[in-house]
Amino acid sequence: MRAFTTHHGLVGPMDRANVDTDMIIPKQFLKSIKRSGFGPNLFDELRYLDSGEPGQDCSGRPINPNFALNEKRYNGASILLARSNFGCGSSREHAPWALDGYGFRVVIAPSFADIFYNNCFKNGLLPVVLTEQQVSGLFDELYREQGYQLTVDLTEQTVLMAGGRSYGFEIDEFRKQCLLQGLDEIGLTLKQAPAIKRYEEQRAERHPWVFGAIK
Amino acid sequence: MNKNTLYDKLWDAHIVSERDDGSTLIYIDRHIIHEVTSPQAFEGLRIAGRKPWRLDTNLATPDHNISTDRIERDAGVAGIPDPTSRIQVQTLDDNCEHFGIKEFKMNEMGQGIVHVMGPELGATMPGMTVVCGDSHTATHGALGCLAHGIGTSEVEHVLASQCLVAKKMKNMRVTVDGSLGTGVTPKDVVLAIIGKIGTAGGNGHAIEFSGEVFREMTVEGRMTVCNMAIEAGARVGMIAVDDTTIDYVKGRQFVPSGELWAPAVAYWKTLVSDADAVFDIEVVLHADDIAPQVTWGTSPEMVAEVTARVPELSAQKTPEQRTGLENALAYMGLEGGQAITSIAVDRVFIGSCTNSRIEDMRAAAAIARGRRAAPSVKQVLVVPGSQMVKAQAEAEGLDKVFIDAGMEWREPGCSMCLAMNADKLGSGEHCASTSNRNFEGRQGNGGRTHLMSPAMAAAAAVAGHIVDVREFLSEVVE
Repeated sequence: MRAFTTHHGLVGPMDRANVDTDMIIPKQFLKSIKRSGFGPNLFDELRYLDSGEPGQDCSGRPINPNFALNEKRYNGASILLARSNFGCGSSREHAPWALDGYGFRVVIAPSFADIFYNNCFKNGLLPVVLTEQQVSGLFDELYREQGYQLTVDLTEQTVLMAGGRSYGFEIDEFRKQCLLQGLDEIGLTLKQAPAIKRYEEQRAERHPWVFGAIK
Repeated sequence: MNKNTLYDKLWDAHIVSERDDGSTLIYIDRHIIHEVTSPQAFEGLRIAGRKPWRLDTNLATPDHNISTDRIERDAGVAGIPDPTSRIQVQTLDDNCEHFGIKEFKMNEMGQGIVHVMGPELGATMPGMTVVCGDSHTATHGALGCLAHGIGTSEVEHVLASQCLVAKKMKNMRVTVDGSLGTGVTPKDVVLAIIGKIGTAGGNGHAIEFSGEVFREMTVEGRMTVCNMAIEAGARVGMIAVDDTTIDYVKGRQFVPSGELWAPAVAYWKTLVSDADAVFDIEVVLHADDIAPQVTWGTSPEMVAEVTARVPELSAQKTPEQRTGLENALAYMGLEGGQAITSIAVDRVFIGSCTNSRIEDMRAAAAIARGRRAAPSVKQVLVVPGSQMVKAQAEAEGLDKVFIDAGMEWREPGCSMCLAMNADKLGSGEHCASTSNRNFEGRQGNGGRTHLMSPAMAAAAAVAGHIVDVREFLSEVVE
């Protein structure tokens, strides 16, 4: 997995609560058997005025001028500023794949849906939880200042603003280390193969019906 | 001692190892696989040169993007009209074949929506950890399981190692005591709960549904409730094991029989929260207060009693709430203050992992019997959740009831719940739907979803607009 240590970039807004994964990447794009190529269809129904289909060239599609991320000032944004319960709904990992494909490396919100939050870490995308008040403050600054940028430092667990101000954020130590080092989580787990086998042996003695039923 | 919740017990029984920061390697007993969230996981295994850790834990079936049309289904995988869907279903077949995973193929008996199929085959048993690359995996918690959705990277992780790295969630208990009134179903109970705690109310928690209402509920009803734990923000919903659970499980295909049955039952009966168990959050509702529910907006928490009115902008307290309501009303094409029963429906969908089991089919058929769908309704889709549900419904003559009522009886699959196949709403169309999500565009670009119970959806089909099913229940149809 791609490592994440620190990131400095332009901020873009997604200014509504409860953004669901259907909104992040609509279902018709889930038919792909690949992990990549979802970026042009991120927020498809909000971003374009027509109805998008998989495999379509998006460069000639009519753009929704009222969708904030389409504004020129947010071109090249790599930090998404969002509201509460971001990523609710389905477990589709296509959501972080689409955000990543668009060029986002960080999503900042007051809260995330559990499965989405978890999925981000598997893809080198950093979800940062700040308070409602801090996020509202960042939205104010973002709307006020053209070219608004932030630095997100995972090692120090801080979001740095202009003028040296910063907000700290919490993150699990294991997830942090995996992201900092770009570790292959499956490889790590498989290092514990003896412990897994031991567990299975004990379990098979206690609950033998769990094993062997499906052939 | 003896202060453990059901969730605590299930968690503890599956710990392989723990790290200092609390992240834990958890053992997974059952992994269910479908065509949409698995291809990249199998690809990952191939690239890394890995094999599945165990084969006898995995069970696969296609459900999300297959056709529900009889003629298209009879043509097999090659007959799937959309080439990208066809490739995805074929890829599932190929991957299962290559890795030796048990699959119930598209037209085989046993196939169905993953969360209908698992329990009905007895692949889901009490006390198991159950995962699937689908957020409605919470459904299986109805059997006293620890069950939740996972992303594709975790599908690969489980395939490769039979484990997940997880952190323990907090405990939430939702208690509903009393008896449900006539016409009030498990779907209404769970929608009322979501209305109370909101779509983020359960974030970070495992919810245990507790109280008389759930004790008296059938296992199928419990599945409807646990299914929508995710719409309350919780990855996990669960209900303690009791005799109803054990009676349900008994005799199913993958469930132990003979000398393993008695020790299994003895263990399963321990899967209840201890009397003094402590929950981080307690929520209490009373059955008497729950009426048939309908969603009017674009989030499952935008829900009201069928007899109520759509909320008014003037009643909103904060600017955020006002904006949220404005957006929802604009999308739904509704006015604040409008009676819910004044909403005309263009299409009706009876199906999905929430409400496509035999009891749901019977409840809808009881309303449809001897009646006709209103001429103004363009389409009523009745989609059984599995081949077994379909066969049972046909044995009971329910297919004929629906067809005689001017409704379409389809082949099993996810269908219009997420509209990955051809079953979808047109822009601006209102749908009375027994599914689980009313997000913008969920059932088709621009489509307007109203979530409700199967009986309520069938009643809306007959009336041509949203209607209180209790009005139908007082009429006797010969």
